Amino acid sequence: MAFITANWNPLGEAFYRKIELYEMGWSLRDGLKECLVAAAPYGGPIALLRQPQRPSSSARPQLEIYSSSGANMASFPWKSGPVRQLGWTVCDDLLCIQEDGTVLIYDLFGAFKRHFSMGNEVVQNQVLEAKVFHSPYGTGVAIVTGASRFTLATNIDDLKLRRLPEVPGLQGAPSCWAVLTQDRQTKVLLANRADLYILDNTSCTPVTPPGLSLQSCSIVNMAVSFSYKYLALFTDSGHLWMGSANLKDKLSEVDTKVRTPPKQMVWCRRPKSQQPSVVIMWDRLLLVAGECTDTIQYTLDEESVCVAELDGVRIVGGSRHELLQEVPSACQDIFKIASMAPGALLLEAHKEYEKSSQKADEYLREIKEQSVLGEAVRQCVEAAGYEHEPETQKTLLRAASFGKCFLSNYPPEPFVSMCRDLKVLNSVREYTVGIPLTHTQYKQMTVQVLIDRLVYRKLYPLAIEICRYLKTPEYQGVSRVLKHWACCKVQQKEEPDESIAHAVSVKLGEAAGISYSEIAARAYECGRTELAIKLLEFEPRSGEQVPLLLKMKRSQLALSKAIESGDTDLVYTVVTYLKNEMNRGDFFMTLRNQPVALSLYRQFCKHQEQDTLKDLFNQDDDHQELGNFYVKASYKEKKLEARLSLLQSAVDEYNKAKNEFAAKATEEEMKLLRFQRRLDEEMGEALLGLSLQETLHALLTSNFHKQAEQLYRDFRVPDKSDLEGAAEAAIERRSEGEISTVLSRCSPTTDRALLERLNRARSTAAKK
Amino acid sequence: MSAHLSYGRVNLNILREAARKELREFLDKCAGSKAIVWDEYLTGPFGLIAQYSLLKEHEVEKMFTLKGGRLPAADVKNIIFFVRPRLELMDIIAENVISEDKMHSPRDFHILFVPRRSMLCEQRLKEQGVLGSFINIDEYILDLIPYDGDLLSMESEGAFRECYLESDQTSLYHTAKGLMTLQALYGTIPQIFGKGECARHVANMMLRMKREFAGSQTQILPVFDSLLLLDRNIDLLTPLATQLTYEGLIDEVYGITNGYAKLPPEKFAAQKKQGEVGKDLPTEPKKMQLNSAEELYAEIRDKNFNAIGAALSKKAKIISAAFEERHNAKTVGEIKQFVSQLPHMQAARSSLANHTSIAELIKDITSEKNSLYSFSFHVQLTTLHSSFIYLFYLYLTRQVTSEAFFDNLTVEQEFMTGVDTDKVNTYIEDCIAQKDPLIKILRLVCMQSVCNNGLKQKILDYYKREILQTYGYEHMLTLNNLEKTGLLKPQTSTRNNYPTIRKTLKLWMEDANEQNPNDISYVYSGYAPLSIRLTQVLARPGWRSIEEVLKMLPGPHFEERQQLPAGLHKKRQQGENRTTLVFFLGGVTYAEVAALRFLSQMEDGGTEYIIATTKLINGTSWIKSLMDRPEAP
Repeated sequence: MAFITANWNPLGEAFYRKIELYEMGWSLRDGLKECLVAAAPYGGPIALLRQPQRPSSSARPQLEIYSSSGANMASFPWKSGPVRQLGWTVCDDLLCIQEDGTVLIYDLFGAFKRHFSMGNEVVQNQVLEAKVFHSPYGTGVAIVTGASRFTLATNIDDLKLRRLPEVPGLQGAPSCWAVLTQDRQTKVLLANRADLYILDNTSCTPVTPPGLSLQSCSIVNMAVSFSYKYLALFTDSGHLWMGSANLKDKLSEVDTKVRTPPKQMVWCRRPKSQQPSVVIMWDRLLLVAGECTDTIQYTLDEESVCVAELDGVRIVGGSRHELLQEVPSACQDIFKIASMAPGALLLEAHKEYEKSSQKADEYLREIKEQSVLGEAVRQCVEAAGYEHEPETQKTLLRAASFGKCFLSNYPPEPFVSMCRDLKVLNSVREYTVGIPLTHTQYKQMTVQVLIDRLVYRKLYPLAIEICRYLKTPEYQGVSRVLKHWACCKVQQKEEPDESIAHAVSVKLGEAAGISYSEIAARAYECGRTELAIKLLEFEPRSGEQVPLLLKMKRSQLALSKAIESGDTDLVYTVVTYLKNEMNRGDFFMTLRNQPVALSLYRQFCKHQEQDTLKDLFNQDDDHQELGNFYVKASYKEKKLEARLSLLQSAVDEYNKAKNEFAAKATEEEMKLLRFQRRLDEEMGEALLGLSLQETLHALLTSNFHKQAEQLYRDFRVPDKSDLEGAAEAAIERRSEGEISTVLSRCSPTTDRALLERLNRARSTAAKK
Repeated sequence: MSAHLSYGRVNLNILREAARKELREFLDKCAGSKAIVWDEYLTGPFGLIAQYSLLKEHEVEKMFTLKGGRLPAADVKNIIFFVRPRLELMDIIAENVISEDKMHSPRDFHILFVPRRSMLCEQRLKEQGVLGSFINIDEYILDLIPYDGDLLSMESEGAFRECYLESDQTSLYHTAKGLMTLQALYGTIPQIFGKGECARHVANMMLRMKREFAGSQTQILPVFDSLLLLDRNIDLLTPLATQLTYEGLIDEVYGITNGYAKLPPEKFAAQKKQGEVGKDLPTEPKKMQLNSAEELYAEIRDKNFNAIGAALSKKAKIISAAFEERHNAKTVGEIKQFVSQLPHMQAARSSLANHTSIAELIKDITSEKNSLYSFSFHVQLTTLHSSFIYLFYLYLTRQVTSEAFFDNLTVEQEFMTGVDTDKVNTYIEDCIAQKDPLIKILRLVCMQSVCNNGLKQKILDYYKREILQTYGYEHMLTLNNLEKTGLLKPQTSTRNNYPTIRKTLKLWMEDANEQNPNDISYVYSGYAPLSIRLTQVLARPGWRSIEEVLKMLPGPHFEERQQLPAGLHKKRQQGENRTTLVFFLGGVTYAEVAALRFLSQMEDGGTEYIIATTKLINGTSWIKSLMDRPEAP
């Protein structure tokens, strides 16, 4: 196993290693010379803007997009304005920042998505330099203009341009600059020769890095670490200053003895780094400088670009793609020559075991005596994660598995999940996929994001395989991938609607949590309304269908879908929409065919639009309800005449509804009202609005017997028999209630004497 | 405060806690001091979820009732409107916001829609030009509110009217959503049974929503074995009958709203400390919370009122014996033990006093007023013995019920047994003549109609005419509503199927035992609620045995199964009871709840019931919700 350490170089206490990830699949005649290059972190894609071979007015630069392994994904001549900077967003979209401040966004396959501008003043002053940066808020863009002014956009998806204050004494571009994210604020750190400034929203503050010894030198390059926590400055005297990004602490200072300004400088750290370092690149030299003032030097035989990663630096060259990183301590422990760490012993034990040698037992014993077998297994599992070669991974995992056999109660999860992770990682590192993720990066970015990345690359089958293999809940896994696939599918212009809809439905089937409405929305965006409607049919959530259908002006369909959902608010929404959109006649007709919507609309009208309610009943020839409507309206009228005329309308409607009882009762009510008014006028009574019985009672108690008699006749109040007997009984019992009952049964034909007796008896009873 | 919710078969406190958590989260979203403007209707239901103290902890300093005009002054940072999604309320809110004094320190506005936000309302706010004034517009999903340890209510008063009269199915949508929330907390309910149009609609929505949420469901072992959805309109009879359980009668006589009853204060006067017995009797009604948190109440609430006396006297004996214990306490240890039990005993004693008072109040109404009984006996707080003697006397002597109450009950029972339902009833005639409360008349007439499967046109018209002539023509609309909902209807076929239903389902039990019931019919002293019989038959032997009867009742009956994720199939232990959630769409009475509790407690019942409903109702509140009173100008 000695060869594993062959590419290790010591740096202080630690080791650094440079491993080859890929031999690049691209064929670039001049390597990366004369190219604008942007490579996304987390093993992302690489974009190249190559200047034409022979500069002439007609020659256009060529924009090319490759995977990390150099597989071509897109390539097209650049027809827009001169580009200053390329960069990648967190969603794998390519940003091309033009001289005039326009930022064009392309997807991985070179399809134009949209553009935005970095402000009007840039058009004149032009962009001198630009940087693309990532923060918790998303992907941002920073530019410095010809007028030496900085403009920032923290999140390009929610574009808010911030013009930063002027920097005193700055002419043209600064010597070097970087974007920092600190305390939830995005700032620019810039150097103008020897002066260092921090620019935030409101001010420009001069700062001095603690312990930067040679004040007279100017700062020619700077690098901010992946986490924005550390800063490195390179001066023209060849000194490298390393410290914290808040400029409070200094870590170290190294004299590189190279005075040429470097081409690129990046931090090379890893979580729990023992010996963080800065990688500095010149034309032919790559220098790794650690805190310990040690350096490692590599010669570069081709034009290269460094890409900072969470746990190292990738070096992309014309023919090779390498990873430079500090060797993780687990690997050091195991593979360091003559290591006696538990992991190393276990690996040795397993090796002997494979050879069927009894030495295996000796090694095991040694580990067990120190009771560090658990630790040994843990080390092997961890180290497997850091190794790139599947063979090495296997060796380590086998050793771990072997060691596990001698342990009881060792939790299986770390081992099992490491095996799973590695299987996934190896499959995406595969040359054809070209995503050289390390285990640390994978854990940081999460499976969800990895799936997204695969989906952006249209590697749907692989994405689904991984989801299934990791048993990701369908909702977050397979369904999501299928949705993206379908969104992509609907954009295939050459295929007919029918076959796309069919293909989508067959593939997606009953997959859980699929949002067909999103797919349909995409189809609609592409101008395929018919397809969108077909796709919406598959959407189980009616609620989701409605807004899109309305947008597509399929309001009838939207209405039936809203009804299907049972969500009455949704029905109301569509109904109000229809009401504003259609003429009244059509609107009513539509409602007529949808009883649920109709009754809801009736409810709405009952509270909001009484007149419309009447029209609705009229349209439906609902005479019963019309009658009721008039009755209700009659009570709102103060004037008796108006009231009577409304009641007359009610009578007419009730007659049409063949509701004889209601018609007759209403007629009688009208008669009663007229009678009451006459009496009120003639006798000064207040009878209006009383019921028939109440009126009779009031008349009898006020001794208007004649009138009562007439009322009794007019309304043919049913005669109650055996009144006298009941009266006698009631009086005898002196029960007030009973007397009242009898009284109410009295009619004008009743004997007056009896009436008076009853009245008297009642008042005595009441007093009691 | 909410411990009683956790003691039941299903821990309903989980639901309450979930609701509280959501409320806290919303309140914390609006940082700083706040004032809540309440849609008055919501305060009752919210009281079941959170007390003022919780709001206070989250910087709620003031509370107002939503009304037009300018908002009252309050030095707070946030104004939060807690409202139902109703257009008329939006107009009031808009008025509030517009008339807000801009010069004064600006206050942030928020809206919390209960139970769901509504595009329609937001549109209205937009039209009024105030939508932009709100920082947060959120919804607080409060569908099913834990009402007691085995009871959930949506506290939606108008549900029956909306569903059956106005064909507005909003409340059914909320029901389905509420059931989905319940399933998210208590696991998918594997079996759904139902009877009625609304039940079918709710089940359909549930199945649809389940498809919609497919893939995101949580892996919870199902707590409920089955769900039974029942339309109120398959059993219109039960709510019309006078409930005869203790709780039911409290509801019939005084009304219970959101778990509280307002009682006349006179009887509780003596509970003041002896020293300060003054002439001033309290005039405010006494508000009492009634739920199973009170041990005695939980014990007696579901008993037939005729068995209350015995129960109270037994309790009195036990408590008095417990107090006597102090004489036996000799050692310091024994005395200490006695003292430690004192608070519990005192609580029990005051609880007993309260319920004796309530029982007496009800007795006053259901029994003939007799000077012999009306002596005040509230001294029992100090002299338990005398109260015991009183109770003994009161209940062991022959019961004399008042004529009115008794007559009413007799007529009800005649109708339910099918006596002379096809003739004009003289008692109803007399009641109309005496101008008894209209609702009482309507309850009786509707009952007669339901028990006769509709009235002959002539009889129906006669009743209607009598009602209009006595109570006024304006009740025309109410009568029309009752006809629309089927509570009152003309006989269309000559065949009256009510007797068949009654016989098949044994709705009338001659020998109902009120003291030691052996059948659910005790809750109405003879009548077994149809809805509960259906529930009972479903559990054993199953609805297949009563297909004929089911066909006579309106709406379809159905059974649906919901697939459970593998591994969540419950393995039932031998003798372990099934848990069924019975959902009454359109309301349930306390007597029906009592009957279900009785079934849960039956030794060989095999099923325990959790009850859910849109609203707890009684005949009076129910009929009232269907009345239409045109307002005079």
